[in-house]
Amino acid sequence: MPRYNVSQMVEVLELNRPGHIRTPYYVRNRIGRVIQFCGAFLNPEDLSRGNAGGPVVECYRVEFLQIDLWPDYRGLPEDTLVIEIYEHWMKPVEGGPHHG
Amino acid sequence: MVESDFGQSGAQSSGKVFTVQEAIVVETEAGNAEASRLTAALQSLLVEKGLLFPNEVEQEIEKLDAPGVHLGARLVARAWVDERFKERLLADGKSAAAEFGMKIGEAQLIVVENTVREHNLIVCTLCSCYPRSLLGQPPTWYISKSYRARAVREPRDVLSEFGLDVPSDVRVRVHDSNADMRYLVLPLRPLGSEDLDEEALSRLVTRDSLIGAGLALAPPT
Repeated sequence: MPRYNVSQMVEVLELNRPGHIRTPYYVRNRIGRVIQFCGAFLNPEDLSRGNAGGPVVECYRVEFLQIDLWPDYRGLPEDTLVIEIYEHWMKPVEGGPHHG
Repeated sequence: MVESDFGQSGAQSSGKVFTVQEAIVVETEAGNAEASRLTAALQSLLVEKGLLFPNEVEQEIEKLDAPGVHLGARLVARAWVDERFKERLLADGKSAAAEFGMKIGEAQLIVVENTVREHNLIVCTLCSCYPRSLLGQPPTWYISKSYRARAVREPRDVLSEFGLDVPSDVRVRVHDSNADMRYLVLPLRPLGSEDLDEEALSRLVTRDSLIGAGLALAPPT
């Protein structure tokens, strides 16, 4: 069962984990909004080590305001970026600065 | 098409034996030059030992290239003329493609719609994720480090280098294809295309427009 609902605010964690990580640095510690639940998938961190036996992890599309990602962003304040984040890479946020 | 800003266009390179290396060559680090020398040496050796026919690599590449922009173009053209199909395409790209007998190998195909208020751009910052089972191999610039780094950080500048100045009343939405989903942009239907049939419309759909790095072509006058 997915832990997060669409439109919920989340913060991407910094897990400082080595290996095949699909969470790029530029979204770590940033706050965004869940826009879609994508389903549950085998964890690429396990797959890269040859473990295809699971468990599966929930994956979400999370949307960020560009100005929350790049302090010097030069586009419009409403420009956004959407990225897929696995559930173990995020935590819930109450309120938060994000309004997109 | 301002592909030169991101490196050479490697799409039309059949006829050469070592096409597979071009994706690597676009990066300039010494490590990649090393990798490309290794690939070349390995291929020559395999051919010399009779384990590989000289054109076998080419054939495999052609197989990988069998899907193509024309498939994405058909989906777009249908969505432009059939509102119900468009709704299905936006709701579930994979099932909508299946209506055409197109089999999407990836987990899901997420179709994002360009409108007069929003422009979508696709990138994979971590590697080269691309809806290959639908569109074939990505263009060389798509996998270049320059595009991957800049598309998320300064998308409007990147788009302007492609010849597309996104107006200030249009929001830019970048999709980092970093994990299990694959993405396709549904471009805006060009002005003046009202009288065209589906077949003619599909010819206006370019590869870049399906990535969001360009617009669909204006109809021929």
